[in-house]
Order: sequence, then structure tokens, then C-alpha cells
Amino acid sequence: MAFQSANNHSLRKAFSFLVSVGTFFCAILVIAPLGIVFFHLVDKGASSVNWDFFTKLPKPPMESGGGMANAIAGTLTLLALAAAVGVPIGVLGGVYLSEYGSSRVNWWLRFFGDVLNGVPSIIWGIVVYGLIVKPTRTFSAYAGGVALGFLMLPIIMRTTEEVLYLVPQGYREAGLALGIPRWKVIVHIVMASALGGITTGVLLALARVAGETAPILFTAFGNSFWNHRLSDPIAALPLQIFTYAISPYDDWHRQAWAGALVLVCFTLLVNVTVRFLTRGRTVKV
Amino acid sequence: MEVTMIDNPVQNPQREQRAPAPAAIQPEEPPAFQVENLSVWYGKKQALFDVTTNIPSKTITAIIGPSGCGKSTFLRCLNRMHELVPSSRTEGSVRLFGQDLHARDTDASIVRRRVGMVFQKSNPFPTMSIGENVIVGLRLNGVRNRAILNERMEKALRMAALWDEVKNDLNRPGMSLSGGQQQRLCIARAVAVEPEVLLMDEPASALDPIATMKIEELTQQLKANYTIVIVTHNMQQASRVSDKTMFFYMGKLIEYGETKQMFFQPAEKKTEDYITGRFG
Repeated sequence: MAFQSANNHSLRKAFSFLVSVGTFFCAILVIAPLGIVFFHLVDKGASSVNWDFFTKLPKPPMESGGGMANAIAGTLTLLALAAAVGVPIGVLGGVYLSEYGSSRVNWWLRFFGDVLNGVPSIIWGIVVYGLIVKPTRTFSAYAGGVALGFLMLPIIMRTTEEVLYLVPQGYREAGLALGIPRWKVIVHIVMASALGGITTGVLLALARVAGETAPILFTAFGNSFWNHRLSDPIAALPLQIFTYAISPYDDWHRQAWAGALVLVCFTLLVNVTVRFLTRGRTVKV
Repeated sequence: MEVTMIDNPVQNPQREQRAPAPAAIQPEEPPAFQVENLSVWYGKKQALFDVTTNIPSKTITAIIGPSGCGKSTFLRCLNRMHELVPSSRTEGSVRLFGQDLHARDTDASIVRRRVGMVFQKSNPFPTMSIGENVIVGLRLNGVRNRAILNERMEKALRMAALWDEVKNDLNRPGMSLSGGQQQRLCIARAVAVEPEVLLMDEPASALDPIATMKIEELTQQLKANYTIVIVTHNMQQASRVSDKTMFFYMGKLIEYGETKQMFFQPAEKKTEDYITGRFG
């Protein structure tokens, strides 16, 4: 009797069923927080998201009303500065990995890229504090942008590398066989073919750093008013949420919830945009 | 000459000779390629052994042989595409109308403008329209004059026997064409930069019989203006289209001669075995 009867068979089937159900519930658990967080934010914050929230400056404590217009503008400014730092360097680094680097050099670059990706974001705040804030003797939007830009670098480098790898070798060969110089083949043919994927990587990196608080704390510092010069401190949404959330005022708490809701919606919007952009393209993430 | 930027900086003896042509006695054409003692290694593995041969101009030369025999490597040495494999190394020389293509001071991109290539898998650039695909080689080599670009586009598409099919759809994506049309688009793209030689690496192996026939007819028309070297797995194709045939085996050039001669009375036993289908 080498093989046991149907009994054993049904036992195995039952066990297999249990495992599949168990893993399914774990998968649900993984995404459940998104639903819970979103529901909670809508519940607490939706009532405070109004026209004033997007257009007015914060009011002093104990005065009701006001908004986070300066923080929203500040976050967008910081993201633009971060992109100015992170996109060219990150994309070109990815181009090196995919198009030029030897496998040995690439191994080390990827290794350090992954290490960088794992460095806690507050470290970047401290580094930029030392590099820019101390020498210039002021917190500034520039410093905040650079800190966020550093955070974006490894993400953009890796996604760029990965999408460039997906461009079939045949396109590079065809371009080179026409006598087109290599850098033009890379820019006009390889990168053009992967533009959707590169954009996706950049957008995801922006969404990822948009909510960073720690690196902003030491660099952009925050500001209760409009920022007029990029060399001055600037407000940022996550920072404003933090300040309001730890305050003792109910009105500020409501505004903090609203800010959190806006931030999550921004991230969601970026992700939806990314899905839309990469729909049906030949090369994607 | 507004198009000097893509014109070859090196002299082209072939064209010079033809200029005064007194229709009487045609002097024997010099060979397009002179290959001497060419050996190629990929890393430690030798792929080509001491090949010495001439390839005549304005003819179609077919290269046949079993997989891994070095025929693609040989073809790629003719426009230095073999260099894309970082570990590759060559010895010997390849001359095109006298110019040493493998010389240290010869720019690979200039070699490739003289020696165009069509690949096995048709590969129109996915981000470009039909028209843009044809002129991309000119545009990215510095030709900006729209009139010249349009003129060359039409000329190249006519040469590739594609003009009538696409003249009203030049702005549609290159990828929207059928497989056979895509391959002819790639041929148009290659001839648009006006090379002297066209290398074809199994250009019809992914196509259906009708599209294959069109490509074969096209090679006969292109022969008037170009030296064509075609690698093929298909022996009937080699016998149909080519004037000369080379047989490679295990990285060595075993036999080279008139196609008719090769297929009816091969000199070497190995050639006969391969052609009659005993191996490969």
C-alpha cells in the first residue's frame, strides 16, 4: 500500500484550501490599513476640507477658520525643487546603470543605491542641515528641496534602470546601425521608448517624498505665512499637519485631519495618474 | 551640398571611377569588401577563424551555414556591430573600397553610415511615425532641412517598394504596419542614409511566404545601387536571390563561389552535405 486511500486525498485538499484561504486573508490584511486610514480621514477631515482650506493662510490659535494654502503651495514648491535635484541626477544614474556600466561597477552602484534607499529620511534632514542650512545660516526652501531630492535619487535611479532594461536590444542595434552616435540613440530612441516608465518612476518618487516630514523639519523648517523667497523658510503640508496635530486646539486638530486627507488624496491621485499614463504602453514599470 | 554632414568624409573610389564612364569597356569593378585573416573572439571563445575573402560590389552575396557557424559574426564585422558585445576582440582587417573599417582611428558610426543593416526581427522605433522612422537616421545625423528630409523619405520608401502602401499614412505609428511592411520600412530606414552596402541578417525569416517574396524581389531591385550581403537559413532563398554564396561551418569559411556553382557542383564535401540537408 504505497499510496493511501481517498481519505488522505481529501485531507490534502482540505489543507490546501485552508492555506489558500489563509493567504488570501493575509493579503486582505495588507491592504486593509489603506481602507481604514482612508475611511477615518474622510470621517474626521472631510468636513474641514473647504474652499478656505485651499485659499486661506492659517489663523492664529483660538481664532476659527483659516486654511493651509501656504502649506499646499509650499509642498508643491518643495516637490518642484526636489524634482530639479532628483530627476536629472537619478535618471542619468539609471541611464549609466542600464546603458554604460559594467556588471561589476553596476553591482556596487545598485548595492549602495539600495543602502541609500534604506537610510531613514531624518538622516537626510540632518545631512542637508549640515551641508546647506548651517553654511547659509538660514532654513530655506532650497534646503528642503535638496533633502527631498536626495531621498528621490535611489528610487528614480532604480526605476529608470529597470524600464530602460525593458527596451528591446533591437532598437539600440537598429539605431547604432544607422550610424547614429550612441548618446543620441540613448536619448532619442531608448529613453524616448521608455518615457512612460521613467515618468512613472518620477511620479511615484514624488508621491513618496511628498509626505516626508522629518527631512523638512531640519531644512525647510515651516512657515505660517507665504514664502516670498526660496532662500527663506517655507511651509509644507506634512509639517503643518504635525504642528497642528500636537497643538491643544480643536480647530487645529480638524485642520490637521483635513491636511492628512488632502495628502493621501494627492498620493492616490498620483498613483491613478501613473496607471493611466502607463496603460497599454510597450514599456512600463 | 547641404547634406555634407552625412556624406562620407572618406573618398569613395567606386563613385569616382564611374563618373567619367565611357560606355565602351567596363573595367572590372574593384571588390566592395576585402577581408584579410579575420578572426573574432567573444571572451575566450573563438567565433571566426582566419577568414580571407573579397565581396564584389553591386552583387548579392548570400551567407549560409548552420546555427553558430559564425555567419552572423562575419556579417556584423562588416559594419562593426560585433563591437556591441563588450568581450569581443578581432584580428585581421576588413576594408571597404580600400578603407580599413576596423582601424583604430575609423569612427564606427561613419562605418555604419556606409554599411547599413537590416535585422531578423523588424524593429521600427515604437515612438515614431512611419515617416519619422524613415528619416530618423538623417535627422539624428544632423540633417535639418525639411525639403531634403521629405525628398529622401519618399525616395527611400519608393526604393523599399512601400511608398504606394503608406504615402497617405506617413503620420501613423510605424508599429501599425504588418510584419512584412515593417521589415520594408526598416529597409527604407536603412537606405535613407544612402549607404553603399546593405547587410541583411535573415531579413525574411519571421515573415510569411508572400512577404518573403516581396523582400526577395526588393533585394533584386536594390542590387542595382547597393552591394548586398544577406545571411539566410533558407537555402532556397540563397539560391533564388544571390549571385555569390559563402558557406561557413564552425567559424571557418569553407567554400565561396558563384551561387549556381555552389548549389549544383559544390567543391567541398561539407558544403554538399549541408546543401543536401545531411546536417544543419
